[in-house]
Formats: sequence, C-alpha cells, structure tokens
Amino acid sequence: MKNQNTLWESLGRLYPHVRPIIPRLVLGLLCALGASMMALAIPQVLRVLINDALAEGGSARTVWVASGVVLLLGVLEATFVALRRQFVITPATTVETNMRTSFYRHLQNLTIEFHDRWGSGQLLSRAMSDLNLMRRWMAFGLIMLVVTSLTVVMGVVIMFFTSWVLALIFVAAAVPLMIYGYRFRTSYSRVSRKSQDQAGDLATTVEESVHGIRVLKAFGRSREALEDFEEQAEELRRTEIHKARSLATFSMIVTLLPELALGASLVVGVTLAASGDVTIGALVAFFATAAAVAGPVEFIGPLLAMTFTAKTAIDRHYEVMESENTITDPEQPIHLDAPKGEVVFDAVHFRYPDAQDDAGDVLDGIDLRLRAGETMALVGVTGCGKSTLLQLVPRLYDLTGGSITIDGVDLRSLTLTELRSLVAVAFEDTTLFSTSVRDNVLMGSDATGAEAERILAEALDVAQAQFAHDLPDGVDTLIGEEGLSLSGGQRQRIALARAIAARPTVLVLDDPLSALDVATEERVEEGLRAMLRSTTTLIVAHRPSTVALADHVALMRDGRIADVGTHSELLARSDHYRYVIASLDDEEIAQLGRTAVTGQTVPDDEEALA
Amino acid sequence: MSRTTTTPGGAPRDRRPRRTPKAQETPAESGSTSAGVLNEDDVLLDRAQSKAVRSRSFRLLGSLIRPNRRQFIWTVLLVVVSQAARVAGPAIIAFGIDRALPALIDGDPLMLWVAGGTYLLAAVLAAVLTAGYVRATAQLSQSMLLDLRVRVFRHTQRLSLEFHEKYTSGRIISRQTSDLEALRELLDSGISSLASGAIFMLFTAATIFALDWRTGFLILAAAVPMFFLARWYQKHSQIAYRESRVVSAKLIVHFIETMTGIRAVKAFRRETVNAERYDELAEDYRTVTVRSINLNGVFQPGLVLIGNVTVAVVLVFGGFRVLGGSLEVGALLALLLYSKRFFQPVDQMAMFYNSFQSAAAALEKVSGLLEEVPTVRPPKNPVSLPDPRGDIDFHDVQFRYGNGPVVLPTLDLSIRAGQTVALVGQTGAGKSTLAKLIARFYDVSEGRLTLDGVDLRELAPADLRRAVVMVTQEAFLFSGSVADNIAVGKPEAGREEIIAAARAVGAEEFILELPEGFDTDVNKRGGRVSAGQRQLISFARAFLADPAVLILDEATSSLDIPSERLVQEGLQKLLGNRTALIIAHRLSTVAIADRVLVVHDGRVVEDGTPADLIGGTGRFATLHAAWKDSLV
Repeated sequence: MKNQNTLWESLGRLYPHVRPIIPRLVLGLLCALGASMMALAIPQVLRVLINDALAEGGSARTVWVASGVVLLLGVLEATFVALRRQFVITPATTVETNMRTSFYRHLQNLTIEFHDRWGSGQLLSRAMSDLNLMRRWMAFGLIMLVVTSLTVVMGVVIMFFTSWVLALIFVAAAVPLMIYGYRFRTSYSRVSRKSQDQAGDLATTVEESVHGIRVLKAFGRSREALEDFEEQAEELRRTEIHKARSLATFSMIVTLLPELALGASLVVGVTLAASGDVTIGALVAFFATAAAVAGPVEFIGPLLAMTFTAKTAIDRHYEVMESENTITDPEQPIHLDAPKGEVVFDAVHFRYPDAQDDAGDVLDGIDLRLRAGETMALVGVTGCGKSTLLQLVPRLYDLTGGSITIDGVDLRSLTLTELRSLVAVAFEDTTLFSTSVRDNVLMGSDATGAEAERILAEALDVAQAQFAHDLPDGVDTLIGEEGLSLSGGQRQRIALARAIAARPTVLVLDDPLSALDVATEERVEEGLRAMLRSTTTLIVAHRPSTVALADHVALMRDGRIADVGTHSELLARSDHYRYVIASLDDEEIAQLGRTAVTGQTVPDDEEALA
Repeated sequence: MSRTTTTPGGAPRDRRPRRTPKAQETPAESGSTSAGVLNEDDVLLDRAQSKAVRSRSFRLLGSLIRPNRRQFIWTVLLVVVSQAARVAGPAIIAFGIDRALPALIDGDPLMLWVAGGTYLLAAVLAAVLTAGYVRATAQLSQSMLLDLRVRVFRHTQRLSLEFHEKYTSGRIISRQTSDLEALRELLDSGISSLASGAIFMLFTAATIFALDWRTGFLILAAAVPMFFLARWYQKHSQIAYRESRVVSAKLIVHFIETMTGIRAVKAFRRETVNAERYDELAEDYRTVTVRSINLNGVFQPGLVLIGNVTVAVVLVFGGFRVLGGSLEVGALLALLLYSKRFFQPVDQMAMFYNSFQSAAAALEKVSGLLEEVPTVRPPKNPVSLPDPRGDIDFHDVQFRYGNGPVVLPTLDLSIRAGQTVALVGQTGAGKSTLAKLIARFYDVSEGRLTLDGVDLRELAPADLRRAVVMVTQEAFLFSGSVADNIAVGKPEAGREEIIAAARAVGAEEFILELPEGFDTDVNKRGGRVSAGQRQLISFARAFLADPAVLILDEATSSLDIPSERLVQEGLQKLLGNRTALIIAHRLSTVAIADRVLVVHDGRVVEDGTPADLIGGTGRFATLHAAWKDSLV
C-alpha cells in the first residue's frame, strides 16, 4: 500500500477506463455548459426583449414573438439538462460496471494469503460504494467542476473588462483561498480515507457477527458484540463529523473570502464612481456579474470535496487491483496427457509470508513420495502442518522451497486450471455454495447430461450422502447459506461427494470423516476404498479408522516427515505414532492385534430422517 | 443569490445494494400483508402491500428523527437564516449604488461605510451559518445513522437462529451498508436543499404576489403539472429503487459468498462460473441504476421545462396587459425575472425527491428486517436464577421447525444436576436438536423444558446464557487475537484466567508456539489455525465461561487423539459438579459419562450407564463394538 498518491496520479489511473468514453463525456460537458449558458441568458434576453420591444409600444405580434423566443430558450435549457444525462450516464455506469467486474475477477485470482488478510466487508465496500462514488464523480462531479470553473473564469474575465481595479480586488481573494484549498485537500483526503476504511471494517464486523451468530448466542455474548459494534460505529460517526467539520470550515472560507472582497469592492467602487473614475453603469454590471459568479464559487467547495472522496475511492480500488497475484499460470505450461498421479514432495519448505523472521518454517523439508494410485495417510499432532501441506498441492499457497511434482512435472509448470482439475480436495470445514445439491457436487466435474447424472448418483452413493435424494426437491434442493441448512455430518458428506465427483487424479482429503458417526464412516470407507484404488490420495487422519483406508502412513512431526510405513509397522516401531494415533487406554491398545475390518451392519434409518 | 449552474441533478445516487431474491421463499405463506422480510425481493407490489411497506418505511424514518427533533429544527433554522443572510447581499449592494453613491458625491461618506460594513457583516454571518449548517447536518445525519445501525445490529443479534438459517449474512450486510448509505445521502444533502429551496421559493412567491397577484396565481398554477409529473415519477421511481435494492443485495450476497468461500472457489475452479454470474448481476445492477437515473433524467428537466414554459406564459399574459396599459413595463420585467428565479431551486427539489425515493425504498427493506419477530422471545416476566444447579427436565416436549413435520416426538426426560450424559445416535437422529432446545436456540413446540424447575421461556436470558453454554462443531473464530477469542467465554476475564482455561483444555502448548502466543491474530475465518486448534480454542472458551450446564455438540470431532486425551482430562476436572450433555460420534467420550442416551428418530431408545448398555444387546452395544473395532 503506497499511501499518498497525488490527486492527479490517482485520478490519472482512471484514464485507461475513461479513454473510450471521453467523446461522450465531452458532449455531456458541452450540454452542461449549454444549459448553464441558457440559464444565464434567459434573464438578459428578457430584459432586452421587454425594454426594447415592448416599451416602444409594441403590438400583439411583438408579445407572441418575445414569448416564443423565451419559450424556445426554456425548452433548450431543459433539453440540455436532459441530454447531459443521456450522454454521460450509460458510459459512466458502463465504466463503473467494468471496473466492478474486473475487481471481482481480480479478487478471485488473488491468493488465499491475500484473503486471509482482508475482511470481506472491507473488500465489499470497495466493490460497491467506492465505485459508486467514482462513477458519480465522473458523471457529475467532474463535469460540474469543469463547468463551474469555466463559469467562474468567464465571470472574472467579464469583471476585468468592466473594471480591472475591482476585479483585482476580487481575484486577490482567490490567493488565500488557493492556499487554504491546498491544506484542505490534504486534511480532507486523509479523513475521508479514514472514514471509508472504517466503514469497510464495520461491514466486516457485521459479517462476522452474522457468521458467528451461533457462538455469540451460545455464550450469550450478543451484548458484548453489540458494544464492540457500537464503539466502532461511534468511531465512524466521529470520523464523519470530523470530515464534516473540515468541509464546513472550507465552505465557510469559500463563501467568506469572495464576499469580503465584494464588500471591499463596494466601498472602493462607490468611491471610484463618486470621483468619476468608474461609470455607474460599469459598477452595476460588475456587481451583476459578481452575483452570477457567487453561486458557482460556493459550489466549488462541495465539488472539491466530492473530488477528494473520489480520489480516495480510486486509491482504495487500486490498492487491491495492484496487489499482485503471486500464484499464476506458468509462461510455458506443460500439459500432462495421461496423468498417472505420482506425487513427489521433495524438500518442501513453507512459511507464511507474514511469519516473523525468527520463526521456523511451518514445513521444514518434507520428503514424501506417493506412487500413482497409492493412498497415503498423513498423521501428526494438531498443528504440525498437515493441513498446510495439503493446501500446497492445489497451489492454494505456493511452497517457499523445494518442489512438488505430479508425474515428474513441477506443479508450477501446470496451468492452474489443469492442476486443479487433476487435484480435488475436501476440507475439514466444508464450504457449500448457495445452489442445488447437484451443482455443489458436480462443481469440479466437466461432465454433462446423463454422464453427469451418473457421476452425481455415484458420488452421493460413495459419500453416503443418499439423503440428498430425500430432500424436498431431491438433488435440486437449494442448500448453502441461502437454502436448506444441513447438519455438520451432511455437509461433510456433500463436500466429500464433490471431491469424488471431480474424478481427480490426485485426491486430497483433510480429515473428511470427522463429523460422521462410526457406522456411516464405515460405509463411506467401503465405497471410497474401491474408488481410491485408481486415485492417488493424500488423506489427513486423526483416527485409526481413517488410517485403515490407506496403503501407507506418513507420520509428520515438526514440519517434517518423521517416518513412513504401514499402520502396523509404525505402531510397532514409533513411539510418537503410538502417541498420536493410539487410543485412550491400554485395553484398547491390547485389541490392536485384530484387523480393522468390521463387518457388522448397524441398524440404520438415518436416511429417512434427513 | 442563486445558483447559476442549472444542471445539478447529476447522477442521482445510486446506492442501493441489497435484496436477494430467493426463489424458494414461498410468498404465499402469510397472505397479502408483507410482514418482515418475507417477499422482500418482490418488486411489483399490489397497492395495499406497497402502501404497507411505504408507511412502515416512513414510520422508521419518523422514529429516527424523533429523538433528534431539536437537532433537526436547529439545522433547518440555520439553513433558513443563512439563506436570508445571503439574500441580503444584493440588496445592500443596491443600497450602496442607489443611496450611498449620491450621498458620497454630496460629500457624505457615512452611508458608504454603513453599506460596506453591513455587507461585510452579512458576509460573515452567511459564511458562519453555512459552516454551522454543514456541521449540524452531519451531526444530525450521523446520529440518526448510528441509531439505525445499532438498532439493526441489535435486532439481528436478537433474531433466532431459525431466521439466520434462512436470511444470509450477505443480506444483513447489504442492509447495514448500502441501505444505510441511501439514507445517509438523503440526510446529508436533502435537508439543506429542501429547506433552502423551499424558503427561497416562498420568499420569491411572496414578492411576486406583492407585485401582482394575478401573476402569482399563474405561477401557482404551474404546481398542477408539476404535481402530476411528481406523481408519475414517484410511481415509477419507487419500483425502480425497490428493484435496484433487490438486485444490489443479490450482488452483495454473491460477492460475500465468494470471498468467504474463496478456498473452495479456487480448489474447484469456480472462478469462471462465478465471474459470469457476477457479470450478470453487475449488469442487472447497472441496468436498474440507469433506469432510476433516467427517470430522474425525465423528472428534473421536466420540472425545468414546466418552469420555463410558465415564464413564457407570464410573458404572454403580462405582455398583453402592458399593451392594454394595465401593467407597467418595469413591473413586467420584474415579474418575469422573479418568475424565473422562482423556479431555480426546482433542481434541488428534484434531487431531494430523488434521494428521498431512494432512501424510502432502502428503509422499506430495513424496516422489514426490524419488523421480524424473534421466534425465541425474551420472557415478559423473567425469572432469575442466580445460582443454577443444572437440573434439566423435558416434560412432554415436542419439537418441529415452524410448521414442519415433528422432529422430536413427545419426550419426557430428566437430567439431574451434575450428571454427565452422553447422547449417542446416528447423524440426523435428533441429538443436536435436543441440545439446541436446552441451549434455547429454539423453543419447544409443545410441553415444557425446565432448568432447575424454571421453564426456559421464562428464565432471564442473561441467567440462561450464564447457566447453559453450548460448544458446537463449527468453531467460529472472530478476528482478533487468540486471547480475545477465548475471552468470548467471559469478557471480563483477565489474562491469567484465559491462560488457565487454555491450559486446562490442553490448548496452551500450541498457542504458545504461535508467533505471538496468545496475542496472535487468528485472521479471517481462522485461516492459519487448523480446525482442531480452533476447536481447542472454542473449548477453552467454554471452560472459561464455567457454566452449570455444558453442552458439547461434536466439539471434539477434529481433534487428534492426543489433544482429545488432554481435553478429556480437562473435561473430567471441569465436569466435576456440573451437568454435561455430550454429543460425540467418537465413543471415547462415553467412558466419562454417567449415563448414555441412545437417540433414534427423535426418541430416546436406550437409557442407562455405559457399562449396562455395553453389556446389553441394544444399539449402543452394537455401536460400541463397531467403534472399538474402528480404533485399530
């Protein structure tokens, strides 16, 4: 985050977006000018018409002509007003929408590491209100600023022609105004930045309070949450008031200085007129022009404030747009024609980018080889880096040292699309999207039609998620945040079905059965076993029952692979393994001689309950 | 002094995010009255509905203004007086030229000094008052916003889980962000433009009437077409703004869902599909935005046109009277100039009306949310329970979600204080429902559920929450440090207590290994903390809360065995004298239970000590055997 861009730098960044619509903006500007001129002209025309035509004792015809002229000018004014919008609105909203969608796309591409740092409310405020502000500035603020400034300049020029002495007095007031304007810019930009940031953080707090509603309710902490929120909202209020004060002072000066100058002009002007240095006519004309300029001069205050706010909005937008996506497709991707699925971790190191310098690597030299089709269980104490290791495979994070290869090809040499179709994952905490069961499950699959149906049915079957068929609309039932809420176990099975339906070459499962009861787990495993025979699988396991799925077990400790072997080998030779995986009492350990296969059928009608 | 620039309407603001139309939301349910958020995605409402939501929206606005009446009046007053100070300027100049100049020529400078001094005074006054009302407006608008923000937040916290399970976080966020933004715009610019415009028109009209009452009535006649134009605009913009809120809420919901589920989005290559969907929504949003702007783009020039036509009519009418000799030429000129000026603030009024329409549509949605009644209501006459023991009794309890099928058929159950009860049964058997009833996430549909003999529905909420704590499988972490997250269990806890709680559940070790120990920021969604670690943290929360009744709903599912072992040791200490209800698929927990309830189809089918049940031939015995085998 660079903090202080100059106003021009910031606004200049819009140029590429604005370039195609410049002609329409200019047309809009001209219309605005036209309307502004009409509004100025009508009183003058009236004066001329009446004084010259009517006063001379005109006829009915004169009255009609004069009225016709006035009517025409009036219609023109209204037309210009309408046209200005017509010219500007569509292109401006198009620019806004394009910026919004590219913002969204960019966010989707940015790394998980980026998203770890940024609250979604904060991002939302940039996607919605900042771009709104930007568009409004472009369609209204920018144009009016130009029109207003031109009006003022023209007015001042006329004033100079009328009386240069008086005009000089008027212009002298502009000097302190500009100096103050510069200070105002700095302070107002700062406070408007603060308020926009705080508004975004407030949105993040709202988001968390809703996503964490169960915890807040369970502990009866709604009041504390409310107090925190109130404090934050109060802070935002204070910032807004501060901002308003800054604007109020500026508006005061903008109103005051020209008026003071006019007061001085009045005294000087009358004195000059008395001595005959200025004609009375010129004096009247001077003040008439000054009156016409006063409105625009005052209007400059709010317009400048709007410009500074837009600048902040643009800065905030580009702050995200310029965050670099570090996980990208290779320049010359390698394509795997017939992937087999041999996965090799070679001296893999990983540390989070914001880790402290003295902290060790989370993954500290992982060496592990999975033959094609092999199922490898990953076992280790909570926090030893298992989940981190899994996330490296689909490149949710990039490793910081060593390499991971699939069939001898480095992950980073594959396109992300190819890699992520080769690799499917099921996380421990499942994310379901607001769509149907079908779409959730088939998310990673490219199949269509009957083939898709078959894959869907099979995946639900293997994951023991047949309950989906009994939902109100079967597999078309909407689930996720906006739909039916499922229990933890149900969600986990849908997520597992999703990973299975992707038909990956490499399957990565992060303790995928934790929320299942023993009987269901047993059936899932039976189904999975058949499927896993042809799929390379890395599965985080906390229980012996899950380990039973695997051909081999890799024991992780302190960011390294401490040992690899079969379950019984490791049981026999590793104290740490026994510590991690073995159950609570000796009696149970004594039973370990038995094999893991349990054939009991447990009565089960849970499907009916779903 | 009046604005010379005529095209203020500009791009009407569009803020409007919100509303997500959910197709499945069964609009039929409660007849035609649109209660709460039901139907909130409908754009075309029938007359009665439209009226109902409108007046609901106005009531909300009124209730926001009421506590700030003084500030409101003060703001309007400042606007009016500052307007007057400005109008004085040209009059003083006229005085200066007409009177002070001749006087000066006659050698008397006094008048000039008076004119100059008065002008400066008026200028200072106008400037100070302008600053004053800019501040006053912000103060008024910000305190109303704060009030509304807090109301919405408090209310959403109050609403039952049942509501939250349907109404997405994205919608609540859009209520709290873009809806409020619409109101803010109205407040920020609306009051001053309305007040100053109205005052200006009033003064001008008075002047015109004083000059010539016939022309005055002519000008008033312009109100008729303006009224019809405003009616037309109101009707259409109401729909447009409603729609834009619905569409923008969709946009926000989609956005939030993507960002909170970004891992899955990436892992399953949803980016393209998502982006296409977002493009569509953003384009819809653009379309409705353009529509509402264009409505204003007809309305505002329309008003300008009516004003200008009126001026022409005044000219025709007055011109013939001049010809007829009944009107002075000078008077006609003055009348025409005043007529033209009369219509100048019409722009501002159009802008005001535009933001008013936009805010009203937003408040329709916000008021709908505020109208939602929590299904789990706080008691009217709360019974307090300062020293809960933890006796839980189900008397003929039945439960169903809303009007849905019965999930829990009649249940009688009594859990004595201090008992540790394991709830066993398959996924979906109704264990969690039972737990949620005890935590009063839901209310029983029939019968009574009591804690120490007090019906939960009558128990003071604060006492209930202190007495009963539930730890769920989804261990949500709030942004902040690990210590902050543990302190959710007991906000007033000191560092010592927090550390002790973490130690008791075996979480201290991993926490100390984090970069900054207890002060480590857990990041969004606990990105850096594994699922098991999150469970440990939420366990520590429960430990710290120290309730009389502790419910653990699959709270240890993601723990590895060593952690679970530690937790269980802690648990045994913790459970000493309190009631505990443990739901776990891993039957290891059952070992520490005094009593096991096997739940099936919402019924308790087995009830006994672990030893008894294991020794028997029922479901539990079978489950236990299967579990034993799974340990290998």
